[in-house]
Amino acid sequence: MDLLIHHFFELTITGLAIGAVYSLVALGYTLVYGVLRLINFAHSEVFMWGTFGAVWVLTALGAGQASGAGVFGYLIIGFAAAMLVSAVVAMLLEYVAYRPLRKRNAPPLVALISAIGASFVLSELMGLRDKVATWFGLETTLADYVGRPRENAVMPSLVDSHTVFQLGDYGVKNIDIIVFVSALVMMVVLDQFVRRTRLGRGIRAVAQDPESAALMGVNRDRVIRLTFLVGGIMAGGAAMLYLLKIGVTRYNAGFILGVKAFTAAVLGGIGNVRGALLGGLVLGVAENYGSALVGTQWKDVVAFLLLIVILLFRPTGLLGESLGKARA
Amino acid sequence: MSAVTDFFHGFRGRVAGLPKPVRIVLLVVAALLVYLLPILNPPFITTTDSDFASVLFSCSVYALVALGLNVVIGYAGLLDLGYVGFFAIGAYAVGVFGSAHGTLPWLLCVPLAIIFAMVSGILLGAPTLRVRGDYLAIVTLGFGEIIRLVLLNSAWLGAAAGISNVPSPTGPALFSIPHLDWSGGAPVVDLSTTTTVLEFGVRDATPFYWLALTVVIIVIFIDRLMQNSRVGRAWEATREDEDAAELMGVPTFRFKLLAFAIGACIGGLSGSLFAARQGFLNPDNFTILYSVLFVAMVVVGGQGNRWGVISAAFLLTWLPEKFRFLSEERYLLFGLALMALAIFRPQGLLPPRRAVRAIESEEEIEALEEGTAHA
Repeated sequence: MDLLIHHFFELTITGLAIGAVYSLVALGYTLVYGVLRLINFAHSEVFMWGTFGAVWVLTALGAGQASGAGVFGYLIIGFAAAMLVSAVVAMLLEYVAYRPLRKRNAPPLVALISAIGASFVLSELMGLRDKVATWFGLETTLADYVGRPRENAVMPSLVDSHTVFQLGDYGVKNIDIIVFVSALVMMVVLDQFVRRTRLGRGIRAVAQDPESAALMGVNRDRVIRLTFLVGGIMAGGAAMLYLLKIGVTRYNAGFILGVKAFTAAVLGGIGNVRGALLGGLVLGVAENYGSALVGTQWKDVVAFLLLIVILLFRPTGLLGESLGKARA
Repeated sequence: MSAVTDFFHGFRGRVAGLPKPVRIVLLVVAALLVYLLPILNPPFITTTDSDFASVLFSCSVYALVALGLNVVIGYAGLLDLGYVGFFAIGAYAVGVFGSAHGTLPWLLCVPLAIIFAMVSGILLGAPTLRVRGDYLAIVTLGFGEIIRLVLLNSAWLGAAAGISNVPSPTGPALFSIPHLDWSGGAPVVDLSTTTTVLEFGVRDATPFYWLALTVVIIVIFIDRLMQNSRVGRAWEATREDEDAAELMGVPTFRFKLLAFAIGACIGGLSGSLFAARQGFLNPDNFTILYSVLFVAMVVVGGQGNRWGVISAAFLLTWLPEKFRFLSEERYLLFGLALMALAIFRPQGLLPPRRAVRAIESEEEIEALEEGTAHA
């Protein structure tokens, strides 16, 4: 209890920062679920590939020694690289693992198996990247990138961590602010995209009633592709923020984060864009409070218990409305 | 329908057409052959890079797991992503009462394992089975992870080091049977590798395999009885249309809870078998990955068909062992295999006959509709 009171502000701020990352990944789950009623189990690997995209590009550019305006430029490049890689992986995933199943009218659980398979493939490809490079004869050229594939890959340090202002006992770090604010901006942009644009209306229409949407001239396949694309971009953004906050990544970094993000999506009400934001933030903060109260090793237990309790009282999550019902 | 399904159902029909005594003899011979697998060491099936009897033992334990999860997913239609939790509870019950905080023999630990798993199944199911289907997946996933974290963080349960000296079953050492060796191309009796009947030691996994196989066979019988009873029909009705079932007077919640409890019992039982052979337990044996693998077995096998899920459990356990020489790449290949199975056989290896019929009639209706549309 003392720990919680003494570090209240620190726990809240860092919880919000990591929660914002959960929210961004949760968006990918929520959008795909809303449109396809499918738990995209491999979304965590989309995120993981995004982290590597950013690390590789920034390492190749030698981003470690930048200062001033250079830092800003590298941040933008890092975001772009992570988003690009994640978006490409997400769309490939849709094309290879889900589209053939839709064409065959497979039962929903089978898509989950395909997703699990794809998740194995994506994370193992990253874990075996030295071998993959050998197939192309590039293992010496790319040694800095593919060596020790099962170990942590370190992000070049871009932003020096320093305290910006004091909140209670805790000096709020610039990184916390960057992470939280950029996540919020991305989320607002996405929310407006889904609510106000023509493409967003297509997504909502398919989520509401795929058949009627098709009759009204919405191209369902295009909407699904778009959904994966948008989910991938958000996962890429999350990947870059995760690197700024955590600093390292590895081939299996997606898994736990994916489980947490999915929990966040369900917590907020799956299929609901604003629910994903709320769910992620609540989960991040609750985890931090919980670990202060009962010990860090119980952090994940707190997160799952919270989920179970909330679902008992609000069976469709905190905001519990579907993507289709969101109004412009 | 595809050739595999055709073959299977044709085969089934032909066997069912035989007189009953012949059928029983055939069944006994088949069962005997399966029992003798580790002794016969048939080429191709046998695994060269890891002990064949141990692999067969794992296959039977996972077949049992798949049978249990099949009740939950295949019969009742509830997606359980935390099944490894019950498996862990069963295994740890044996560890706790047999080694860490008691000295009970293995056989007495088994009922405790089943009871503990069942109670936890009911405790988890009672509040959460009211939640809608898709949410159940994440709630159960959370449950599995909570169990693992409790094992990992509780000193009473051995924390990260786990529990060692878990008791094995005891049996009299009666006589020894030599194994066959096919390495020369023709079978040779290999006197250096023998199995002592009913001696449960670390050296030889064959008696463990026999034990597990016997349990699997008993559970198959129970499973048959359940599926063909009022309970089985109630599950089917609930799975196909919960509201309609409720209106017809089926207390759906109670039946869902029953499926959950029975699934948990079988999970606990398989965990206790796992513990018996393993000898030591630690939380790493019970990660989410296993839950995912178990679900894959049921779906790949064809949800609701007991022979399908058993074959899938065998296949998914045996394949990584067979290809152990590709130790680095085998999970990559495993993932590719899962994707290929999902894409090319979406109905599972052996879909239940009911599902085959449903798909056929659906296709028929579709063809009819298209016929009128073109006319």
